[in-house]
Amino acid sequence: MITYIQGNQARILSDLGQHVWLSLLPVLVGVVLALPAGYLTVRYRWLYQPVVNLGGILYSVPSLALFVVIPAIIPVGTLSPLNIVVALSVYSFALLARTVADALISVQGETTWAAAAMGFRPLRQLFGVELPMALPVMMAGLRVATVSNISLVSVGAIIGVGGLGDLFTRGLQLSYLAPIIVGIVLSVLLAAVCDSGIVLVQRWLTPWTRAGAR
Amino acid sequence: MPAPVVPMLNYFAYLFDGGHWSLAGEGIPDRLLQHIAYTLVTLAISAVIALPVGLFIGHTNRGAFLAINIGNAGRSLPTFGLLSLMVVLVGIGTLPVIVALVVLAVPPILASTYAGLRSVDRSAVDAAIGMGMRPMQVLFRAEVPMALPLIVSGLRSALLQVCATATVAAYVGLGGLGRLLIDGLSTNDYPQVFAGAVLVAVLAVLLDLLSAAVERAVVSPGVRERSVRRTRWRRARPDPTNEDAPTSPVGISG
Repeated sequence: MITYIQGNQARILSDLGQHVWLSLLPVLVGVVLALPAGYLTVRYRWLYQPVVNLGGILYSVPSLALFVVIPAIIPVGTLSPLNIVVALSVYSFALLARTVADALISVQGETTWAAAAMGFRPLRQLFGVELPMALPVMMAGLRVATVSNISLVSVGAIIGVGGLGDLFTRGLQLSYLAPIIVGIVLSVLLAAVCDSGIVLVQRWLTPWTRAGAR
Repeated sequence: MPAPVVPMLNYFAYLFDGGHWSLAGEGIPDRLLQHIAYTLVTLAISAVIALPVGLFIGHTNRGAFLAINIGNAGRSLPTFGLLSLMVVLVGIGTLPVIVALVVLAVPPILASTYAGLRSVDRSAVDAAIGMGMRPMQVLFRAEVPMALPLIVSGLRSALLQVCATATVAAYVGLGGLGRLLIDGLSTNDYPQVFAGAVLVAVLAVLLDLLSAAVERAVVSPGVRERSVRRTRWRRARPDPTNEDAPTSPVGISG
């Protein structure tokens, strides 16, 4: 194990690097797309059910299937990293659009009425009241999306682009445990680090949730 | 300027070729049945493991820490890595694949069973005890019926994940619909790949619809109505003292 790590340090690190951006970039894309989509479903309630249903269907499509179908729909190569990024962005969006919508709907009520009564205009109410209050729920969705993405990227190795998944295919081909274990450990560690990072950011952004907890 | 060829027609060539649908040998129906078999066997084994443990933890509130952490850890385990590990350890066969898929399916069922029991209104449980129900009666006649929406949602997300990940099993030499994807990719037979992808996606959606129907049938209408309202509320204001509770038992399918 140790000798494997020493001998293949460069490769492991480059796999890890690829894994990081292959999994986190889609989360970013998902957030950027899901925020306006979620907001629209709150403004126009009839949109809510279609968005939830679409998300559910996108969600149930296996990643391997998505990896091979996306190049047929948009012009990216099957073996291009962009393909993986697009596929995982679809998942992140499907998950986050619903979370954002649920979070924003859940904060409608006394507080938003109070804000309106105090003369907040819709935009200021959104950024000053609704989004901060919806933050804990949205962050929970972000955690799920991030952690799931990190564990999903490795499936991409089957079509040749998969970050740490590269170590799994190598281990399979060589019937050799060391790379597989290294890959699993690094993947789980990466997920734990990103998850804790999001929790820390959330604590920093929502100090009031702790004030109330005594 | 030459007329552009419509590529979509080619994509469906494999899927709509009657020869691939023959019941004899390794046609599409055979792959489909294998896939469904892997999925259902895995789900059954996982349920047998996870449901009793989840019920115990949820009912007694002992080992809650364990349930929550297994749930979170399960989500971060790369399924493809787990599968590779099992295959290298045990060799190629159905057993390692089923084991890897069970490891994948247990956490969501366990976490949501636990969360479901914990979400049951304490006053209803107290009422059941006050009516003279024995512990087992409290569990199966009061707590479980009220926790069913969450328990079933855990089973459904496990079902989806397993159905999706069973595709990956083809990479290590097994059957199922993944074969179409893997074989197609290795021989550059794109219509075959496309057929596999479409079939898997359709199967996943159908299984999900089917399980939604089962959920509708087994969950009492009163609980269903209430649980919709209650889960909204619970999601809206997560208990600040219980930040690590699984907010969503659903993971992204592999």
